[in-house]
Amino acid sequence: MEKLNGLRCRECGRHYPAAPVHVCEFCFGPLEVDYHYDALKGVVTRESIAAGPPSMWRYRDLLPIEGDAAVGHHVGFTPLIRAKNLADELGCREVWVKNDSVCHPTWSFKDRVVAVAVTKALEFGFDTVACASTGNLANSVAAHAAEGRLKSYIFIPADLEQGKILGTLVYSPTLVAVHGTYDEVNRLCSEIADKYRWAFVNVNFRPYYSEGSKSYGFEIIEQLGWRTPGHIVVPCAGGSLITKIWKAIKELKTLGLLEGPVRTKMHAAQALGCGPIVTMIKNDTDVLVPVRPNTIAKSLAIGNPADGYYAYKTTKESGGSGEHATDEEIIEGMLLLARTEGIFTETAGGVTVAAAKKLIERGVIPRDESIVICVTGNGLKTPDALQDRLQTHAKIKPSLSAFDRALAELKSQTS
Amino acid sequence: MARTRVRLTFPTALIQEPIVYRLVKDFDIVINIRRADVTADHGWMALELEGDEGALERGVKWLRDRGVQVDPLERDVIVP
Ligand SMILES: Cc1ncc(COP(=O)(O)O)c(C=O)c1O
Ligand SMILES: [Zn+2]
Repeated sequence: MEKLNGLRCRECGRHYPAAPVHVCEFCFGPLEVDYHYDALKGVVTRESIAAGPPSMWRYRDLLPIEGDAAVGHHVGFTPLIRAKNLADELGCREVWVKNDSVCHPTWSFKDRVVAVAVTKALEFGFDTVACASTGNLANSVAAHAAEGRLKSYIFIPADLEQGKILGTLVYSPTLVAVHGTYDEVNRLCSEIADKYRWAFVNVNFRPYYSEGSKSYGFEIIEQLGWRTPGHIVVPCAGGSLITKIWKAIKELKTLGLLEGPVRTKMHAAQALGCGPIVTMIKNDTDVLVPVRPNTIAKSLAIGNPADGYYAYKTTKESGGSGEHATDEEIIEGMLLLARTEGIFTETAGGVTVAAAKKLIERGVIPRDESIVICVTGNGLKTPDALQDRLQTHAKIKPSLSAFDRALAELKSQTS
Repeated sequence: MARTRVRLTFPTALIQEPIVYRLVKDFDIVINIRRADVTADHGWMALELEGDEGALERGVKWLRDRGVQVDPLERDVIVP
């Protein structure tokens, strides 16, 4: 079955053979993987998917790899949880949490994109992978490169705290700290990606890499019994994830795998301190105004998102919307999810919960329609976000009477 | 000769100024615009710059000093 049809320019539609390239030589538009959907129809079925492994690779036929997964065999197929307590708190009938805070192996949805990029790098015969990242992406690239026995180069701005890089260094990549302003470091990394024959996951491998995010969307739909939910609230940074979840739904529709019509509205969630996509949605304009990030939601801090325009279009096309969350609301969102569902997400998840809550309160998301909240990363990676907010309730001597007194004290405080 | 591909974002205040003209004339840079969207109050351009390396660096610095945002085509390469 020939499923892949090379690459296609998202702006001018020109076709390119499958290669590690990401920009259209004619219009400088972004390239996207193209598939022979006709060849997939009737071959990819609910049964064929169900017969696959309990990982993202059950959707292998809809991902841009030729052979089998080379790394990350256990990535994905994370829990979709019916969040009854959270629903009660939000005053809603049906709330689900798609929980990639437990994605194997590095606890964020980035494992999905990186597993595809690294597999593709091996297919194209590369021996080195690279990325420039301060967080989740760096963790995932270093881990999957180790598994694939590839060399890896990770670039970071020189002023990044040591604590942030341990979760990357542990996998033995080559870590390069670059001095300079954000703009200088950013442009240098683009030039490095251009010059060296490495698989730079989010640059020359971006068309393949970004397709990995579709698996998050496929799983939501399969786990809902092939029904589309009323609403999906997605945290946005570069704007790729929300675009690809929507693409996943459209592909399942094309293949005739959905129960009933598509009725999903896609909603973008961003921090107020870095929310250029949501600003487009609120102002109803396709013009993205770049911003300087200033938020505790570090993993969503992309000021000039490459897929911002497509993310905006996704919300428009689906009839969805968007909402900002302040730093305070982000923390409240993290605490709310932990308190109601026992899930500790990072700030990005706090952004999504907070944005969903506001969209519900504003009446944009009706309380009687089904809602999926996307939780994409793990709170244990960045505990500092909550450091000042939480404290021990009682400190006592090791005696039963001391505990009795403390307990009485605590009870009197809460009653 | 060196080449670089960049995306320029213009703040409203600079839309009316002949920025690209100056870049060509004062820095001896050859430019090739591939995609652009410029209206009365906003504008961006995806283009290729060609010139000697020093001229490109000086040109990019001059653009930034004027308040033009200069990003690689991929925009944020650094991903959190
Ligand atoms: C935890 C987390 N959630 C969501 C996102 C947003 O994804 P995208 O850049 O595809 O919009 C990111 C990273 O960029 C992330 O690290
Ligand atoms: Zn093109």
